[in-house]
Parts: sequence; structure tokens; C-alpha cells
Amino acid sequence: MADEVLMDVSSDADIVTARQKGRELAGRAGFSVTDLTLIATAISELARNIVLYAKHGAIAVSLAEHGHRRGIVIVAHDEGPGIPDVSQALQDGFSTSGGLGLGLRGTRRLMDEFDIVSEVGKGTTVTVKKWLR
Amino acid sequence: MAVPILKQGNYLIASIQAALTDADLFELRNALVTQVGRFRSRGVVVDVTALDVMDSFAARTLRDIAQMTRLRGAETVIVGIQPEVAFAMVQLGLTLEEVATALDLEEGLAYLRDRSKRTGPAIGSHGG
Repeated sequence: MADEVLMDVSSDADIVTARQKGRELAGRAGFSVTDLTLIATAISELARNIVLYAKHGAIAVSLAEHGHRRGIVIVAHDEGPGIPDVSQALQDGFSTSGGLGLGLRGTRRLMDEFDIVSEVGKGTTVTVKKWLR
Repeated sequence: MAVPILKQGNYLIASIQAALTDADLFELRNALVTQVGRFRSRGVVVDVTALDVMDSFAARTLRDIAQMTRLRGAETVIVGIQPEVAFAMVQLGLTLEEVATALDLEEGLAYLRDRSKRTGPAIGSHGG
């Protein structure tokens, strides 16, 4: 059994596939149904950001270990326009796409760890983690 | 059509059966807004029991359905949000405050019947 799934994301159908495959892998890691729902929702938001802003990108979901902790890591990467002001993008209510403005900020609340690297003209990489309780 | 829409008396019932793409959600929204007029429906129930994820796009589309059908004279109620989906929605900040919700289909229909009794013909009624 592979401990990682890598998925191309470029359409709304890919968003559904990404969250289903991610959920499957997280299920094998032993997460509760509640946590699986949080993880699948986070993947959905990250995948939608890719389709919305960059048109094309990829999401990797993998099992992770850190000391005695086990969990899951999701990396969403695109080579899209990048985010000029990351801290603004993480603020309440901020959205440039006419969404509910919850994409990144909401995703951060769903997961245990959140990291974002973005460069204008180069792209964006969001890494989120959730640990087994 | 990914989501079957049943007509039951004055109401339309849309039962989501599986995960929906954004395109499916738009199709559902447009179909409901059209059929509310065709069948002169007073209420719409959208059953999301089968949804294991409600992300911001799905929530926004459900809110749009509720607002658009209300403008067409029909009240929408969302039923069947699963406990873990509700938890994820609250974490994400999606409270759907302006949309009526009920536990299941039965409660949803009861809500609509109750409401039409209280308000009479749906002329300019605005609540929920």
C-alpha cells in the first residue's frame, strides 16, 4: 500500500477526486470520522484555490511521522500567480474571487499545522498537517 | 442531472446522492430555480444526508439556492447535515445562518408546512 497519493488538480472534478483519495489515505492512518471530514474539507478548499487562482497544480497527501506522533501531510502546490500579501489573504473576510473568503483562513482552522510559501509570478505552496490524537 | 428532483405537492425535494462537482451544484441551483416556477412550488427541500464534505463552495451554492428560490416565492430548507460535516463547517466558518435547516426530510417538510400555515400565500414573505 502506497503511503502517498499525488494528484493533478485542474478541474472541478479533480477537486472531488482529490478529497476522496486523500480521505481514503487518511482513513488508513486511523483518523476518526470527524477528523477525516476535516481533512477532506481542507483538501477541497486547497484544491479549489488551485483551480480558482492558478488553474493547474497538484496535491500530495502522505502519511507522516514525527517522533511518537503519526499523522498526515497535505501539500498543495501550483505555479500560478502567487499571493502578493499572504497575511492579508489569511485575514477574516478577505477574498478576491467572490468566495466566502474562507479558503486559506478556514483551512488553517481545520488542521493542526499550516504553512504557506508564495511568490508573485512563481506560485504557491501550502503545507498542512493533522496529527492523530 | 446528477441530483434527482421530485415534486411532492407544493414542494420540490432534491436528494443529493453522491459527492457533487461545482458544475453539478450549479446545475442543481439552476434546475431548482427554474422548476420552482414551472411547478409553482412553495417550498424546496435539499437533502444533503449523503454529503460527506460541505466546503465553502457547496455552502455558498446552497445559500444561493435559498436566496434565489425565495426571490421566486419558495422557501428552501436544507436537511440532513451530518454531525461531523456540521463540525467541519463550523470550524471552517460556514454557519449558513441565513438558510433554514432541519434534521431530516420529515422535519424539513414539517417546517415548510408550518411556515405556509403561518404566512399564508408566499407574497413577499421573508424570514428564516
